[in-house]
Amino acid sequence: MTVECTYREAMREAMREALRADERVFLMGEDVGRYGGCFGVSLGLLEEFGPERIRDTPLSESAFVGAGIGAAINGLRPIVEIMTVNFSLLALDQILNNAATLQHMSGGQIQVPLVIRMTTGAGRQLAAQHSHSLEGWYAHIPGLRVLAPATLPDARHMLAAALADPDPVIVFEHGSLYNTAGALDPGSPADSAAADITHAAVRRPGTDVSLVAYGGSLPKALEAAERLAADGISAEVLDLRTLRPLDQPALTATVGRTHRVVVVDEGWRSVGLSAEVAARIAESAFYELDAPIERVCTAEVPIPYARGLEEAALPQAADIVAAARRTVG
Amino acid sequence: MTPTRKSAGSPPPRKGRGRTDQSHEAKASAAQPGGGEAGKHRMLLLHEMLRIRRFEERCVELYSAAEIRGFVHLCIGEEAVAVGVAQALTEDDAIVSTYRDHGHALARGTPAESVMAEMYGRATGCSRGRGGSMHLFDTSRRFYGGNAIVGGGLPLAAGLALADRMTGRPRVTCCFFGDGAVAEGEFHETANLAALWELPLLLVCENNLYAMGTALDRAQAETDLALRASGYGMAAWSADGMDVLAVEHAARMAAESIRAGSGPHFLELRTYRFRAHSMYDPDRYRSKEEIARWKERDPIDLLAGRLRADGRLTDEGWTDLERAVAAELDAAVAAAREAPAEPVGDLLRFVTTPSNGAGEGASG
Ligand SMILES: Cc1ncc(C[n+]2csc(CCOP(=O)(O)OP(=O)(O)O)c2C)c(N)n1
Repeated sequence: MTVECTYREAMREAMREALRADERVFLMGEDVGRYGGCFGVSLGLLEEFGPERIRDTPLSESAFVGAGIGAAINGLRPIVEIMTVNFSLLALDQILNNAATLQHMSGGQIQVPLVIRMTTGAGRQLAAQHSHSLEGWYAHIPGLRVLAPATLPDARHMLAAALADPDPVIVFEHGSLYNTAGALDPGSPADSAAADITHAAVRRPGTDVSLVAYGGSLPKALEAAERLAADGISAEVLDLRTLRPLDQPALTATVGRTHRVVVVDEGWRSVGLSAEVAARIAESAFYELDAPIERVCTAEVPIPYARGLEEAALPQAADIVAAARRTVG
Repeated sequence: MTPTRKSAGSPPPRKGRGRTDQSHEAKASAAQPGGGEAGKHRMLLLHEMLRIRRFEERCVELYSAAEIRGFVHLCIGEEAVAVGVAQALTEDDAIVSTYRDHGHALARGTPAESVMAEMYGRATGCSRGRGGSMHLFDTSRRFYGGNAIVGGGLPLAAGLALADRMTGRPRVTCCFFGDGAVAEGEFHETANLAALWELPLLLVCENNLYAMGTALDRAQAETDLALRASGYGMAAWSADGMDVLAVEHAARMAAESIRAGSGPHFLELRTYRFRAHSMYDPDRYRSKEEIARWKERDPIDLLAGRLRADGRLTDEGWTDLERAVAAELDAAVAAAREAPAEPVGDLLRFVTTPSNGAGEGASG
């Protein structure tokens, strides 16, 4: 049965389902309970599951993320919500030095089945300290799995798979996606296939150029593909979905089909995720390339407040179109 | 004249739990008579402390001979803390430790052989050669590791305690940390969280007066650490960390109280490391006289003296003890030397769970 819903509601439904299905699951974070979640994702869950399982925490990112790690080690399945990736830096020690590292340092004795959800990204004029896209930093870290659901089915289904993962998983929800609305058919095989947390997905097939995107940049890449189609350029849109581990075969395959690539990343270009994707394509599919790899990234500035400046700083559909045109010459 | 920043007395208890107690030492020493079961128990404490002391002395030799490497932090002088606290915990309780973790692991029951093999980076080491001296793990004994980020184990321990609390398991999680860690935000965040959620957490501060070369009073505005912890609304105690009986007594009281549902306790154990911070430290920040003064209160001598006075320990008994410890350590070193190295081909193991596909191999 198809339901109309938003990305936010899809995510909430995923949490509700997880909380109902497994009593070890609980949600913890700043304002996830009484307030309903700072982005409204957990609205109503407190009433249904109570304050033990929808647990408001003090403003102590390091302590409650670390507590999530400890609780995961000790038999529970915590979902820890951090308001935004910007604030996750206060818990970076726990995420990198404990969650990602304990299994290895202990010689395989410890697993950390923890899910950390956080928002990322710009586009709402919130200025630098609320707008950065640092998911590439987390994708840098061995021991973590990093997800970026960009579609309603992914928002609805990836969480269950993340909770089933025996290792720490970080889920990045782009703030601009929460209000995206659409139809969801939770029972359909296509929608449940979104429970896959290992593979990239071709969101639009094409033959002339591959637009590689993820998260908040996916709608922009799709829009660009639409515009390119009007000019007779057939763009394939590949949604990375999982930023770590990267789906290397999918990258090689899309280049094999189109021979031209544009990598879209809301992170900064320097030493970022787009550099990694480009390098991997160069390593695995260099001789398939008919044009230099193009990258469309955020300008090398902290994200500005002013609307015009912010828009100029971020990758936009027009930038993607221009880059794609350059590749086809 | 500058006003003193120290508060004159203990703060009033909050939630009926906050208090500092300095009179533990006296109570503890009076608590147990010398003979019978108590005497046997004291011999066990002595044995345990001696094992740790001699284990670490071996580490010095092996390090000098370049057989073991890395950062090695010794707890010589602080054995009473490890042994006394470990005695107050049950098998079901959990321990989170620091990089100064040999004593904690040995006192918890991790075999010397498996700790020594880890020092050698062997496949038989308790962390399969991935951890070394600073990262001993033994989950079969609920020993959740040496953590080498100062304060980094505290939130983790709160989480272990949270899971027990949420599932109604009557367990205690004990977290060791140094006086230096009290300056870290993670200590304060964790203390607040643990008190707020009434977690079954035993915070054991090994106050050895120094964080590397920084003396307590050069790093902390308020040096009465129990006083500060009590500000979070938790019971906070101080005890003589050189007296293993006082440590055990204080830790037992705290653990029992935690088990009875009173929420977290903070236990400050005043101790001293006789040796440098690590093998690299020339130890220039404290005087020979100060070290000598503390050595007069060597926890092993202190207990041995009592046992001798009680007639429990004779010269012969001491020799037997030394011999038993030496035999155990000889065997541990011999086994570690013989043990296979972790194969380099296994380098990428234990990054993620096998067959989970998140490893580098899987991502090409
Ligand atoms: C976050 C962090 N900062 C600095 C260090 C370097 N460091 C290692 S041990 C230490 C001193 C800690 O002293 P204390 O907590 O009193 O413990 P002790 O070594 O005395 O047992 C420092 C600064 C570290 N490991 N982690």
